[in-house]
Amino acid sequence: MGNKQTIFTDEQLDAYQDCTFFTRKEILRLHGRYHELAPHLVPMDYTNNPDVKLPSALIVNMPELKENPFRNRIVESFSEDGLGNLSFNDFVDMFSVLSETAPKELKAIYAFKIYDFNTDNFICKEDLEKTLNKLTREELTPEEVNLVCEKAIEETDMDGDNKLSYDDFENMISRAPDFLR
Amino acid sequence: MAHSVSFDILEPTLESPVDEGVVHDSFSRLIEEQSHSLDEDGDCLEMQVLPEEDKSEEDLLEEDRDNVPYLASLTWDQSEQERGLGTENSRQTDPLIGEQWSYATLRVLSSMPSRTIGRSRGAILSQYYNRTLRLRRRRQSRPSLHDCPRSSRPSIRCYGVEMDTTDVGGEEHKKDKLVNNLQNLSISDRVRMLKGMPLSVVEKSELRKLASNYNGGHSLNRGQIPCCSRLKYYIIIALRHMWYSWLSFLHSLQLWQVALKRVSGRFGTGVLSYFVFLRTLLLFNIFLLFITGLFLVIPQAVHPPTHPGPPVAFTGLELLTGGGYFAHSVMYYGYYTNCTLNGSCQPTQNSSMDANRTGSTLVDHDDAKRGSHLSYNMPLAYFFTIGMAFFFTCIILVYSMSKSFRHSFRVDKPQGSLALKVFCSWDFKVIKKSSVKLQSENISTQFKELLSELSGPHEKKTVLQRLARLSVHLLAWVMCAGSTAAILLAVHYFSDYVHKDLQKRVGSATQSPLEKEASLLALPVVVSSINLLLPGFFNAVAWMEEYDSPSVHTYVAIFRNLMLKVSVLAVLCYHWLWRIASHPQELNLECWESFVGQELYRFLLMDFIFTILDTFFGEFLWKLFSQKALKRKRKPVFDIARNVLELIYGQTLAWLGVLFAPLLPVVQVLKLLLLFHMKKTSLMLNCQASRKPWRASQMTTLFISLLCFPSFVGAAVSVTYTMWTIKPSERCGPFQNLTTMFQSGKLWVQELVSNNPNMSWLKWMHTYLVENPLFLFVAAGIFLVVIYFHTQVVDGQRKIINLLQEQIENEGEDKKFLIIKLQAIHEQQRPQSVQRQNLAGSES
Repeated sequence: MGNKQTIFTDEQLDAYQDCTFFTRKEILRLHGRYHELAPHLVPMDYTNNPDVKLPSALIVNMPELKENPFRNRIVESFSEDGLGNLSFNDFVDMFSVLSETAPKELKAIYAFKIYDFNTDNFICKEDLEKTLNKLTREELTPEEVNLVCEKAIEETDMDGDNKLSYDDFENMISRAPDFLR
Repeated sequence: MAHSVSFDILEPTLESPVDEGVVHDSFSRLIEEQSHSLDEDGDCLEMQVLPEEDKSEEDLLEEDRDNVPYLASLTWDQSEQERGLGTENSRQTDPLIGEQWSYATLRVLSSMPSRTIGRSRGAILSQYYNRTLRLRRRRQSRPSLHDCPRSSRPSIRCYGVEMDTTDVGGEEHKKDKLVNNLQNLSISDRVRMLKGMPLSVVEKSELRKLASNYNGGHSLNRGQIPCCSRLKYYIIIALRHMWYSWLSFLHSLQLWQVALKRVSGRFGTGVLSYFVFLRTLLLFNIFLLFITGLFLVIPQAVHPPTHPGPPVAFTGLELLTGGGYFAHSVMYYGYYTNCTLNGSCQPTQNSSMDANRTGSTLVDHDDAKRGSHLSYNMPLAYFFTIGMAFFFTCIILVYSMSKSFRHSFRVDKPQGSLALKVFCSWDFKVIKKSSVKLQSENISTQFKELLSELSGPHEKKTVLQRLARLSVHLLAWVMCAGSTAAILLAVHYFSDYVHKDLQKRVGSATQSPLEKEASLLALPVVVSSINLLLPGFFNAVAWMEEYDSPSVHTYVAIFRNLMLKVSVLAVLCYHWLWRIASHPQELNLECWESFVGQELYRFLLMDFIFTILDTFFGEFLWKLFSQKALKRKRKPVFDIARNVLELIYGQTLAWLGVLFAPLLPVVQVLKLLLLFHMKKTSLMLNCQASRKPWRASQMTTLFISLLCFPSFVGAAVSVTYTMWTIKPSERCGPFQNLTTMFQSGKLWVQELVSNNPNMSWLKWMHTYLVENPLFLFVAAGIFLVVIYFHTQVVDGQRKIINLLQEQIENEGEDKKFLIIKLQAIHEQQRPQSVQRQNLAGSES
């Protein structure tokens, strides 16, 4: 990978280290992975913050995400433009939140974003249906999906607006002992 | 203002959750005040909201992804409003569904904290500003989801964010404040805070830069962290890595993980619970084997006693009967000696307990008269090993029971299980294609189970139908109970007959020993075949009953099978402990304990053989028959109830037998290992997933409780009874010459006290705590009181949770109400917008 000084300055590495759940070494490894995805696009020198974005199609094909049913949503919710194009910073963000050391509440916020398919800041019935179909690979019948969605909203929705706000979501998550990703 | 009022509400609620009147009163007060304030402040609200539009236009440009859908909805709403101008009244009746809000209301709505969380930068900044403030006040470490009660109540939340909606430069202002706060935190707190913020790296590093610049210089530089704390971090990181790798190592040690996953993926949690239970039993037996092997078998095997009589040839039948060649081996009670095993391998024939030793371990005997040598008192070791084995098994059982109870009966369990499944069931770590497929298969099975639970009995039945139903159930129960009673009588008389027959044979002594051995197999074969056939009958009866819910069906089946097995075991215990143990001379037995041990071995083995036969004929051949001869697609369904009860039955036998045959756990371990692979293969080959999938959420709890209550308690009571009252054999075993097995402990205590006067408290303890039942009663009483208090506490917590949930619902209603009010005020205060709309309406 070469000398680390040529990729990031010390200052940059410190910033990454303070703002993410990664160490310097891990940041450099992440850069390596990012570089691997598109060697001709991603420069080795990041000291002057080049404006490079990789399309979601490349990111989604990483082995970590390839089989994940929510891969597109994950990439989209971490990209700044909402379309799935990730800059290196977004890339680092994504793996920082997905890492084991990230606290539960941070994960909850991003999980909410991921499950909120239509980005209206609520998880409504359509979002739930999409989630379910992705989870079960569309093995449930539409009636079953419908029933599950209705019941789930009924169970979780506290303020009776028939969709889940972040508060509802957080409240539910806090009761799950094994909400880990 | 809303903030202070809502606190007034909150406090009495928390203090006296039962006093609902207060809560409701204050709610109405709140509503009144709110509406008043809205009426009064209508103007200023308007004034505040209007200039904010400029700012949000900037916002739109800045964070287009956040607001693109919002913009879309906005335009849609406007057009909707233009069309539906005349439907003012209908909107009033069903206000929140109509969604025809004025522009300004929409703006207020969109900037509500619950809608901006995780999206709008301003909201995040202000939220974290509040958090840093709180952190500074409390000097606490990282706020987690639980210790940071960022209340979900909009009225409280608002006060942190309200400036966002009113100030033009709110975000910048907030940012400054946040940076200011961040500076005042300690470095580690600041870093933790930064890491936990749901912002992008760019924004975070900007904040970080600002925070460190204000302080003058780069205070966050790594170099400035003192060397020792850096070392501390490294050590902590290294320890954490070690801990994680240790955890993953432990995880990989778990038996049969892959197989269990496959089973649960295909057959659901019900069948899975059978295999998990089997694994639990296996671990119990390995533990038992470990204890008896270490403290009994190995010491005795190292110092084999001189065996009287000629060696018996191995014929092969022993494997079935457990007698003959095995009769005089470490397998059974009779082989163990009543002497103290010395380092010099000289079994002293001194029956008095002269060794100063504790528990069941090898100790250095420090007697001045004899000089020091290693000694191992076999009777004591036997007594304490069995006692300790039962004691620890009891503790483990109670612990695992409490764990599974905690798991399945949580305080606020009944709510949200479905939503939790939707959002929390995906394991994001799984990246292998086949596992992903398995997981989604598994999840859809679980959903089907949950759904089948939800769609319970819907149709109402007439009285006549119900009566018919009831009589059918009654008939079924009478049939089951009657057949069980008949079987019991049959077993009783048959065992009596076998006993008499054996007496005759002993008297005649003309038969070959081989035949005699083989005749002993009659009783186990009969009992095992009953165990095999009667559950089939029960199933037929249950089929007649036609239960709606598969879980009720399973519970009933489990109860019936349990009834059968418990009563059969009771009859057998009577047979062994009264008929044989009290009159061993009738059978001319030198060592009745070994005989009972052999019987238990035979029963265990027969049970296993019959299970194999059942698996082969009942599952494999039946599948072939139904597919080939009947040309049906159906395969047999795995019968959870019967299989689990068989396991429990076998385990009870093993526990009963440990006293008489210390190596019986070996047989049980081998049996369980074989059984697991056999059942798994048969399941995969022959069975199909139940067409009515159901969730076995409390299945494991039930199994463990059954294992604890009739099975373990029964075995422990029988073993204690044997130790306490029945006279051991006079010419064999570790307890010869004693009146009861328990006496060995008593003698040892006396010996200890006479040798060492300082130990007199031990004698006191023994007399008052062990021999006197009063202590047991008091201890049990205290235990019950503690349990009672805990249930009361849990009950109270449930009540509070219910009240709080009610309150949240009420607040939701309040929110709706306030939004409607807001909308109404906007309608009144904005004639120009109405004009605009009218204009637009006339154009279209």
